[in-house]
Amino acid sequence: MNKRDFLKGLIFFFPAGGVLSALAGAPAAKETEVQDAGPKGADAKGPGAKPYNSRDHYYGMGIEIGKCIGCSRCVEACKAENDVLRDPFFFRTWIERYVIKKEGEVTVESINVKSRASKEAVQEDADVLRTFFVPKLCNHCAHPPCVQVCPVGATFSTEDGVVLIDSNRCIGCRYCIQACPYGARYLDPRTKTADKCSFCYHRVRKGLLPACVEVCPTQARIFGDLRSKASRLVRFARMNKIHVLKPALNTEPKVYYAQMDGEVR
Amino acid sequence: MRIPEQVKRLAVVIAVIAGGVLLTRFFIIPRSLVSTELHRSATVERELAKPVKLAGSVVCQGCHEDEAVKKSKGYHKNLSCEGCHGPAAQHAEDPGAMKPPAPRDRKFCPVCHAYDASRPTGFPQINPTAHNPLKPCISCHNPHDPVPPRTPQACSACHGQIERTKAVSSHALLACTTCHVVPERHKTAPRTALPSKPETRDFCAKCHGKDSTRADAPKIDVSGHGNSYMCWQCHYPHLPEGRG
Repeated sequence: MNKRDFLKGLIFFFPAGGVLSALAGAPAAKETEVQDAGPKGADAKGPGAKPYNSRDHYYGMGIEIGKCIGCSRCVEACKAENDVLRDPFFFRTWIERYVIKKEGEVTVESINVKSRASKEAVQEDADVLRTFFVPKLCNHCAHPPCVQVCPVGATFSTEDGVVLIDSNRCIGCRYCIQACPYGARYLDPRTKTADKCSFCYHRVRKGLLPACVEVCPTQARIFGDLRSKASRLVRFARMNKIHVLKPALNTEPKVYYAQMDGEVR
Repeated sequence: MRIPEQVKRLAVVIAVIAGGVLLTRFFIIPRSLVSTELHRSATVERELAKPVKLAGSVVCQGCHEDEAVKKSKGYHKNLSCEGCHGPAAQHAEDPGAMKPPAPRDRKFCPVCHAYDASRPTGFPQINPTAHNPLKPCISCHNPHDPVPPRTPQACSACHGQIERTKAVSSHALLACTTCHVVPERHKTAPRTALPSKPETRDFCAKCHGKDSTRADAPKIDVSGHGNSYMCWQCHYPHLPEGRG
């Protein structure tokens, strides 16, 4: 083949490839159109209802540590609602037991992981100084390290302050799992993609509470909209002294803890 | 200056390639493949399409009004129905499709009410091995309106640890009411009416003072002993021999 033939071939090859890819892409484009039409139908709650504008909302959660009784109803509800694997090492939310001994030793363990130690309640004996439960979940950081490191842009912050994962884009590289300072992410072995708490985004947008907040028997968890002055979370933040996990990392978590002990990490 | 023929031809070829690339990128490749915005909105749509499995207590109240009214007055008023009965959105949509289970055995209630040192002080807890063994909880407590089946008679029903400490001390024979005035309401609503505690050194001096007529109590000169401290800062009244 000489140079002339090559260039002639090239002129025909590119448009032909374009036409083929257009044919292949047509069904995908149709799918997107259908998806685009979705929110208008789903969010209109009545003829006069305002369409959902994600800029008017900014969701967060409050946790009052002094109220948590470690009953794990939240963990059970979360697993049922979000179809999380039942094995005791996949959690979107979990509860940690802190035991602080008199000599200063601190032990932390998840009571949901079925190790022998976690089953035994703390014995009343002698040298326990303080002990309490701390519920943990994805902090939906305003500056999320997991979003920064994702090589394919599969995880992102929505305008209403929720960090979501696009499971169609996620390549399962586990970089985000390493990057999360709170250990909130896991790799779902069924889909081979990263997964974590979504603040029950599908419930929240329908006006329901996240599953864990719904079932918490002692109201240790509060969910609300930081942009709304009447929300329970704003009241919670006003009435309590608030702390967040690992503030030094500048991740600006949106899970706010009240009555948090200095030992909580 | 004349542009050479081969340069013109090359320019045409480059223009065609560039045009082809631009055409492919902006018109032939569907926007859904390249647009971050569409990717994100599609993710949000997928997220919103997920089924709701917990209907929420408000939905339950629509049909089960009796239970809701009963529950709204008791200690369990803030509990979600689905916390005990499990996810029930399916049942809410079609009551015949699925019946939410009701936990009736002794295994379920201790999930919250078994004693655990890490639980907050004041949360009602029992020792499941010692508390009416083998009896199902619901034979005495109605889970929709849980109250102790009867008003506790003795202080030790709740203050067992103090009672046992006192039992081995030299104050063993003193009734709680010797030092504490207990309002009747404290037995039914403990936090709304608290028992009194002694407030002065003179209270202890009634038995332990020099002038006391009580024969079996050790005597001290209250005005000269321990100067400005309160008696219970050194002597724990429920176990006075132990000095901490």
